[in-house]
Formats: sequence, structure tokens, C-alpha cells
Amino acid sequence: MALELELISPIDIAKDMVRAVQEYTLLAAQSLANLFRKPLYMGDMLQQADLIGFGSLPIVVLTGLSIGALLALNSANTLQRFGGITLIGQLVSLGMVTELGPLITGLMVAGRNASGMASELGSMIVTEQIDAMRALGTDPSKKLVTPRVGATCFMLFFLTIIADLLGLAGGWAVAHLIFGLDSNQYWTSAWEILVFRDVFTGLVKPVLFGFIIATVGCHYGMTTRGGTQGVGRSTTQAVVASSVLILVVDFFVTKLIFALLGYR
Amino acid sequence: MATPALPSDRRTIAPTDSSTPAIVFDNVSIAFDENVVLDGVSFHLPRGETKALFGVAGSGKSTILKLTLGLLPPDSGRIHLLGEEVTRMSEQELFELRRRVGIVFQESALFDSLTVRENVAFRLMEEGISEEEIEGRVREALRFVELEQTLDMFPSELSGGMRRRVAIARAIITQPEVILYDSPTGGLDPVTSNTIIELIVKQRDVYKTSALLVTQRLQDAFTMATHQFDPNRGQMIALPKGEHCDVPMSFLVLRDGKVIFDGDGHHLATSRDPYIREYIS
Repeated sequence: MALELELISPIDIAKDMVRAVQEYTLLAAQSLANLFRKPLYMGDMLQQADLIGFGSLPIVVLTGLSIGALLALNSANTLQRFGGITLIGQLVSLGMVTELGPLITGLMVAGRNASGMASELGSMIVTEQIDAMRALGTDPSKKLVTPRVGATCFMLFFLTIIADLLGLAGGWAVAHLIFGLDSNQYWTSAWEILVFRDVFTGLVKPVLFGFIIATVGCHYGMTTRGGTQGVGRSTTQAVVASSVLILVVDFFVTKLIFALLGYR
Repeated sequence: MATPALPSDRRTIAPTDSSTPAIVFDNVSIAFDENVVLDGVSFHLPRGETKALFGVAGSGKSTILKLTLGLLPPDSGRIHLLGEEVTRMSEQELFELRRRVGIVFQESALFDSLTVRENVAFRLMEEGISEEEIEGRVREALRFVELEQTLDMFPSELSGGMRRRVAIARAIITQPEVILYDSPTGGLDPVTSNTIIELIVKQRDVYKTSALLVTQRLQDAFTMATHQFDPNRGQMIALPKGEHCDVPMSFLVLRDGKVIFDGDGHHLATSRDPYIREYIS
């Protein structure tokens, strides 16, 4: 069989990209507007909170502990060389609360849930279940998208706090058990270094990341074309796009907060 | 075949004039990329009538159903459903109108993560009806399609024919004014097909529901045109030849995106159009 290659004009590609951005923006705006319109599907939101929040707990616990421990382990040698091993609590605390906690938790939840949302909604599209829902007089963006967005933002906030605490615990384990640092010294320095700006940064990010994960996952799911192969493609794209977007937004949000609240 | 007791009539009285046609297509065209699917299609469906849509695969039959509900917007032309102009309504306004219409999708389109009970009750749950009333009405609708025993099963545990019957139960539970059937007997064995056709005839004759029926099976549509549901006997009966014209049933044939026939069964059977003759032979 001869392989036929179809050339697509750059204008068509640009049009498709603009259309995708437009569709994503509409879906994201609608998902927020739905929070203020009845009916609010609280049951669906709780179910999603359970799936996203409690379902992601094991992986968040594991990564939080590991990242904190690894951060302490990798920085301890350098700090020891300059006689600053006592600063390890500060380093782990600042790193986890402002940056690594929200970022790693966001990326983990993106890998797990953006893909899940894209595949679930994508399967519903290809089997006409979304059309059936519209035909039955129910708005899929209210019933399916908004509960996922609300639940992801809410649960990622708490998952990040858990990851931060476990990261600090992982750092303490390394500092105390391997480098013999006094526990009291570790926790005091870890606590005292944090100022309002750090905690604010660390708690704003998960809400934004949660919004990105859910809207990107739902967008790719709701725009799935081309049967089961299309579902697979949407799933992969959702994970890649949400992860990249989290990294980009993380940089700009950090920069913005620094600009607004001042550098250290 | 005798069918079970009929669900009680809870149909909401339509706010529109009952003399208004249930569906009107006025010069409707739609194309997907370069492919013109419907090209200036016009027809109307009077209240209480069932119209069977015929045409080869890809002739736009299912597209007509999706256009009727506003699930797809046409490129040009106007569509009226129950007196409302679908083509000028927003998606939010359409959600209200769609609650007065039932649809049975080609592949049933049941929600696979919900049980049969939840699928059939979907619309009632959205309307915030009490649990007890929902339970009663779901059982009634499932009894109507003879599937009361499947209440707690998931769609994946049902056969193709059972899924179609659950989809019919979901469509009729609110006793809509119009029902759209997309190939309800496609790929089914003759016995199951006959059961489904009898359910559609019962809905037509007992509730006077208007319907568009997409089908590839001529025999199903001709059975519907020559039979009537007898509520006293609880089954579909064949009518004598002279009484076929009393049956509220019409046919519409599509070819190359255009309507080439719109009329009753007698005129279809005696048509001299070579394409139609070949199609029905």
C-alpha cells in the first residue's frame, strides 16, 4: 500500500492553534462561571475530590518525603564544608514550601489526573455520551468540568501542605539520623526562616496548578477526535501540556509575587 | 408479542399550539469540510406522526437528528422543533427545549459508569424529583421495555438489544413530545428488532408521540406502516390493507444530500423513481 502524505499549510496549523486556545479559554472561563450558576453538582464535586485528593495521597506522600530527604542529603555536604550544617532546616523549609512542594505535587497530580480526565471525557465523546448528556438537557461543562476544576484546586491545596510537611520530615530524618543535627535546632530554623511571602507563594501556586491540571485535562478530553486512538492522543497531550504549563506559570507567578511583595 | 403494562401518562402539556408541526426543516444545508452532507433539505413532521428516514450510509440521516436537537448547527437554513426555532437559540436555551424531546442513539450512548437505574433516572435526578418517585418511574419505564430485572446492572453487562431497550426507557421516562430514534434495530436479531419496533409503535399509537426514525431496515418501517398497537390486547396487530392509510406514518428518502421522496408508504411502494425502486427492491 502506497503511503500518502498530506501536506498541511502553515496557515491551517496557525488557525488550529488559535482555535484550540480559544476553545480552552472558553472552557476555563465557563468552568469558573458555572460556580455561580445553579445547579452546582456538589455530589459530583465530592466524588472527584475523593478520586483526585485521596487517590493521589500515596504518590504525594512518597514524593514529598523523598524530595525533602534528597534535598537535605544533596545540600548537606556543601553546607558541612562551610560549617553551615545547622542551616539545613532553613534550606529544606524554604525549598519545599515556596517551590518544590507545590511544583512536584502539581506535576505528580498532573500525571495522574490530567490523563485520567482526558481519557474519561475523551471516551465519553467518542461513545456519544457527551451528546447524550446534552440531549438529555444537561450541560456537560456544569456536570463534568466544573466539579473536576473545583475539586482539583481544593484538593491540590491540601495535598501540597501535606507534601511540604512530609518534605520537612524527610529533611529532618536525613539531618538528624545521618548528620546528627539536633531535632530542635532543625525544626526551629525551618520554622523561623519562613515569612508571610513564602507561605503565600506556596499556597497560591497549588490553586493555580489545580486549575491548570483540570482545565487542560478536560479541554483535551472534550475535544477528542478519532476514536480510541484519539483518546490515547488526548491523554498524552493533556499530561504534556499541563506539565509544561505548570512549569511556565510557576516561573511567572514566582516572579510576580517577588515583584509585588519584594525579594528576600 | 404481548408487551407489558403501559406507564402512566405524565406528559407535560406543550405550551405551543398542537397544530404546529413537531419538526420543520426549511432549506437546511450542512457540510463537513468539503463533504456536503445535506443540501437544501426541507420537510415537516406533523404532531403524532412517525417519519422514517432512509438513505445509504453517510447520506445524513443521523445528522438530521443531531440538527433537530441543536447538537450540531447547520451551515444554512432554519429548523423548528416544537414551534421553537432551534437555529436561533443559545445552548442554554436549547437545554430547556431538549428536556421535551427524547433520543435513542445508534450505539445507545448509555453512561457506562452509571447503572441501568441511574441511566434511566438521569433526567429525573437532574430535575430534582424525590427518590421514591424516581424509583417508581424507573421501574415503570423498565417494565415497559421488559428489563426490570436489570436495574442494578451496568451497561457493559447487557447485550446490544438490551442496551437499546434501556436507551428507549431513558428516552420515554419523561413522556417527551418528540422522540428521535437513530437506527434502533441496527445490528440486532429479528426477534429483538421486532420487540423494539413494537415498543416504538406502542409509543406512537398510545401516546401519540411524534418521532423521527432513522433506519436501514425497510421491513421495520413497513411493519410500522401496516400495524397498529392494540392497548386492549397489549400487542401490535396487522391492519387490513384498506386501513394502512390511517396509520400516522410517513417516509423520507435522502440521496446526495437532497430529499428525493417524502410521502406515505403506498406512494413509496408505487414510486417510479428508478433509484427508489432499486432501494426498496
